[in-house]
Amino acid sequence: MTATAWSPVDVLREMWSLPFMVNAFRAGTLVAVLAGVTGWFMVARRQTFAGHTLSVVGFPGAAGAVLLGVPVWVGYVGFTVVTGLVLSRGSAGGSAGGSVGREEDSALIGTVQAFALACGFWFVVLYAGLLGGTTSLLFGSFLAITTGQVTFLLALTVAVVAVLAVLGRRLLLATVDPAVAQARGVPVRALDAVFLVLLAVSVAATVQVTGALLVFALLVLPAAAAQRLTARPALAVAMSVLIGAAVVWTALTVAFFSPYPFGFWLTALAFAVYVAAAAWGRTRERAR
Amino acid sequence: MNPVPIVRGKTPPDASPDASPDASPEASPDASPDDVTVSREAPVVVQVSDATVLLGGRAVWSGVSARVRAGEFAAVLGPNGVGKSTLVRVILGMQPVAAGTVEVLGGPPGRSRGAVGYLPQRRAFHPGLRIRGVDVVRLGLDGHRWGLPLPGRRARAAQARVEEVIGLVGASDYARRPIGQLSGGEQQRLLIAQALAPAPRLLLLDEPLDSLDLPNQSAVAALIARICREQQIAVLMVAHDVNPILGYLDQVIYLAEGGAASGSPQQVITTETLSRLYGTSVEVLRASDGRLVVVGHPEPAALHSDRHHR
Repeated sequence: MTATAWSPVDVLREMWSLPFMVNAFRAGTLVAVLAGVTGWFMVARRQTFAGHTLSVVGFPGAAGAVLLGVPVWVGYVGFTVVTGLVLSRGSAGGSAGGSVGREEDSALIGTVQAFALACGFWFVVLYAGLLGGTTSLLFGSFLAITTGQVTFLLALTVAVVAVLAVLGRRLLLATVDPAVAQARGVPVRALDAVFLVLLAVSVAATVQVTGALLVFALLVLPAAAAQRLTARPALAVAMSVLIGAAVVWTALTVAFFSPYPFGFWLTALAFAVYVAAAAWGRTRERAR
Repeated sequence: MNPVPIVRGKTPPDASPDASPDASPEASPDASPDDVTVSREAPVVVQVSDATVLLGGRAVWSGVSARVRAGEFAAVLGPNGVGKSTLVRVILGMQPVAAGTVEVLGGPPGRSRGAVGYLPQRRAFHPGLRIRGVDVVRLGLDGHRWGLPLPGRRARAAQARVEEVIGLVGASDYARRPIGQLSGGEQQRLLIAQALAPAPRLLLLDEPLDSLDLPNQSAVAALIARICREQQIAVLMVAHDVNPILGYLDQVIYLAEGGAASGSPQQVITTETLSRLYGTSVEVLRASDGRLVVVGHPEPAALHSDRHHR
């Protein structure tokens, strides 16, 4: 770094003179919105383990797509949505009494996750030439995001956020109080399946920026930090999106000027925000 | 503790037969709930006639008849596993009857969902649930709707209604804290407010006193009885222990494997009726403080006596 004092505008101008950086900022912002909204519901519904499995499934999805010679996003979306549907069959086993439970079936989820990872490993071995790309599939890469991918992420984000806006209140009631929701005529089990598909789509989008293993940097950490800062649902969703976007922009900037990878900066920054939010939340509760 | 009187005059001879159903009862402010008269002309809210429910081909219970009017407080009693919650599900329209008829607010069950408040068997909230009490109450008002609540007159009216019911249950002090961090009694009050938010004419409560400590049991029971009288709401409460609500009850629906009985508490909770229901010799004893204890019952620990520690 030289002695020249750079204003933030200069920094952005410098980065945005490169088309791949423009795409990285666009894709990162879209994914922050998508993951921030879906992630808040996922954390509130305590389906984080399901979300983790869906993201791990992105790895065999992408590797399988490369192996078959189809676009990578087809592998991501196809694998995660199918897995989401499998998981929704396993959750909420309607018992004889008709009581609604939305406990995660963690054994089923773990089983799916182990098998998915094994498939990914196998696909990589089958397609020997892919070995060099494994790291970016697992830990993400912002260098190779195409304009086509950005358009695709925009479509996914608009679709998922629109569906969540329509379902929002019903999904929240089904999350907080499944039995009351059912008595009020809300189809709790169908909503459960729809949410897992939305989560799968969000994960498939996020994976393209963060890689399969660092999805939670955007899917869990901003939502969890927002929950620490406020207990108002609408405000929490907005904060989750803002935290995600701020973390993405900062991480891209830092990664651009540093020798260390984007995935590390993204996750480290999100973690720092979470720790700060948790500490602030705790002191505020003590002050009561 | 004063003895809880059981015998109450419900139909004073001078009661006008065409009394308006929502005319406020002739209770003076300091009258105990026992003195409040329920007009016999109050509209019928729940009518169950000779109903039978089958689950997996087996009759859960049969021959159940009951009528609950606006402003009446009824309890569903009986041993564990006898199908008390199933009766609630029948009235909600979530479980069909195999025989007999059920009418709720003059129509088939499940038709007037907005007019029925429901508090399922608890279900404590996860301590990590970071949603405020007011938001949970608000979901009772409009959580079944599509879309997002947009600011405007409707949202202000909804907010005012939420504040009103929170005030009604006395939860204003803690309604803005995350619900997962509240005590069982505080959560229960907010859930009652949630059930009351859409201004229901029938309140179905499934073991609302379960898992509360004794002072909270009597406080929540008194709250429910007050809401029942003041708002002229019919209340049907599944209870495990009749004693905290005994002083407020107009009616008891007692379910047992051998059949069912309904009527006033003093008609139903008797040695004769319960012995007939259980098909074995059962004795109802009255403790010196007015509480009832059922002995010789096939499932001795589960009924009326287990919380009677005073």
